[in-house]
Amino acid sequence: MKLPNWRNQALDPLIWLTVSSSMIIIAFILLPLFEMVFQSSLADLRETIRDKDVIQSIRLSIYTSVSAALISFLFGTPFAYLLARKEFAGKKFIESIVDLPIMIPHPVIGIAILSIAGKNHWLGEIMSSLGIRIMGSVTGIIVVLTFVGLPFYVNNVKTGFEAIPVRLENISRSLGASAIGTFFRVTFPLAWRSMVVGMIMCTARAISEFGAIVIVAYHPMIAPVMIYQRFTAYGLRYSQPVAVWLIIVCLFLFLLLRVFSIHKKKMT
Amino acid sequence: MIRIENLCVRLPDFSLHKIDLRIQAGEFFTLLGPTGAGKTVVLEAVIGLVPVSEGRIWINSRDVTRLPPEKRGIGIVYQDYALFPHLTVYENIVYGLRYHKKDGKKTGKNLDFIVDRFSLRRILGRSILNLSGGEMQRVALARALAVDPSVLLLDEPLSALDPNFREEIREILKMLHADTGITVLMVTHDFSEAQYLGQRSAVINKGRLEQVGTVTEVFHQPATPFVAKFVGMKNVFPAIFEGRKAYVANLRIELGFEESERKKYIAIRPEDIHIRGDKFPPGTPNCIEATVSKILNQGFYSDVIIESAGIELRAIISSSSLFRMSLTEKTRVYAAFDTSVVHAF
Repeated sequence: MKLPNWRNQALDPLIWLTVSSSMIIIAFILLPLFEMVFQSSLADLRETIRDKDVIQSIRLSIYTSVSAALISFLFGTPFAYLLARKEFAGKKFIESIVDLPIMIPHPVIGIAILSIAGKNHWLGEIMSSLGIRIMGSVTGIIVVLTFVGLPFYVNNVKTGFEAIPVRLENISRSLGASAIGTFFRVTFPLAWRSMVVGMIMCTARAISEFGAIVIVAYHPMIAPVMIYQRFTAYGLRYSQPVAVWLIIVCLFLFLLLRVFSIHKKKMT
Repeated sequence: MIRIENLCVRLPDFSLHKIDLRIQAGEFFTLLGPTGAGKTVVLEAVIGLVPVSEGRIWINSRDVTRLPPEKRGIGIVYQDYALFPHLTVYENIVYGLRYHKKDGKKTGKNLDFIVDRFSLRRILGRSILNLSGGEMQRVALARALAVDPSVLLLDEPLSALDPNFREEIREILKMLHADTGITVLMVTHDFSEAQYLGQRSAVINKGRLEQVGTVTEVFHQPATPFVAKFVGMKNVFPAIFEGRKAYVANLRIELGFEESERKKYIAIRPEDIHIRGDKFPPGTPNCIEATVSKILNQGFYSDVIIESAGIELRAIISSSSLFRMSLTEKTRVYAAFDTSVVHAF
């Protein structure tokens, strides 16, 4: 068997460009993270995870992010289905609106949410009369995280629905299933994986949110706010272990995402 | 029975215009047309998947125009099979049974018959992802028939199959129709499929019906230049009729019968034009001297395009004849066609 001529391949400028760019990007992402992880001693990490405030902030981060993902699932699924299946006037405009939260600077999102949640707005007044508080509350955090995470869920699930041929749904209808029956017997079993991936994306995005949260709800403290607070009050050394724990949680979420994505690829 | 009356469908980029069709109970009807002609839109209107702007659709004397697809009792089979990928062969076939319960019990008493008729018993437990094209199409047919539909719609069911499977499924369709007597509306772009399977045919182009009739009528007596070309009459010309003759530019064509002056076109099949190197015997009708302008090798035969009096005619000759006559471009030849093969419309 003739071996490939690696020397000639290595001389190809395109290969050089792609390999060197890839290495720069990987280093750019990993270096600061590794540095932060290895600068924190095991003793610091152990001590941090015993700190009730830290545990509570990480737990709150997970709880609020997962809640945001569940709300996205509940409202975003029918919406994604509509966008994937129907053509209507202004569809492109609606799709752009879905992407808005990705583009708006995060503090602006916080300010925007506060501007309708205050008592000088009719919606804020209604919520207040119902006992719903946004400012400085867990509800407020969930609202913000849903706002920033929803586009990731909707776009992912929309793509998932689009990948299912409409003809499968047509056949199901012709065989006697109603539109809703068809959704649960054909569309959902074929799209649930994209929903799971969408929810993981939404959770991952939500868990990293900081800019909008500090405006709407500094307290109760989610993990990114706690990291910021420890950094400003005590310095880098005290904020690093909390950050490491948050990274471990995020890493776990992304590993889950990769596992589901690989399965999804195999299916199609 | 399927009755389509004055059907109009308006989609953003396509419209159907006043489609009128009556398909008798037990008939195998084929709707022919090129890609993009609107065949599938007609099927989807019948099944209830596209909004109908005007007109009515009846299935067995029941007006189904405003009914949802699940209430129409129509089976449909697509060319790409459209099997449910998350279900096994068996689960695909019985998918619709739960919606067709009679007296609280699932129907499907003909399930065994269908499974055996389509030779599916040994693959019932298999995933549909590992089936051949022919097996997939048999499963798709079995699934549509399991719920005992009043009519069966077939959307180019043979197009995606390779030649071996195509023949197999074509036989199955013929046998199925003979056995069950189900009303079938099949759309296809292949006229040979219509000839083999269909009793009557309609030809559709750009959302309008061009002709409806028996397969033989459509094949031998096309009503429009489009249908003529579609059924293989490659030589279609506008003509002026005068008694027993027609004039195509300067070319005089004997008709052998008196034709109405209201007719506008003549059409001749390429296989009906004979070509030889020497003159035809005196008295041969429609004998013309021509020059070969192009030869298109089609494998077993060749299309020979000849030119005479400013008119280009297309003829077919076998490869051996082409070799024997040593025809090349610019060769002078004699061509003739019988008066009986000239179709006026």
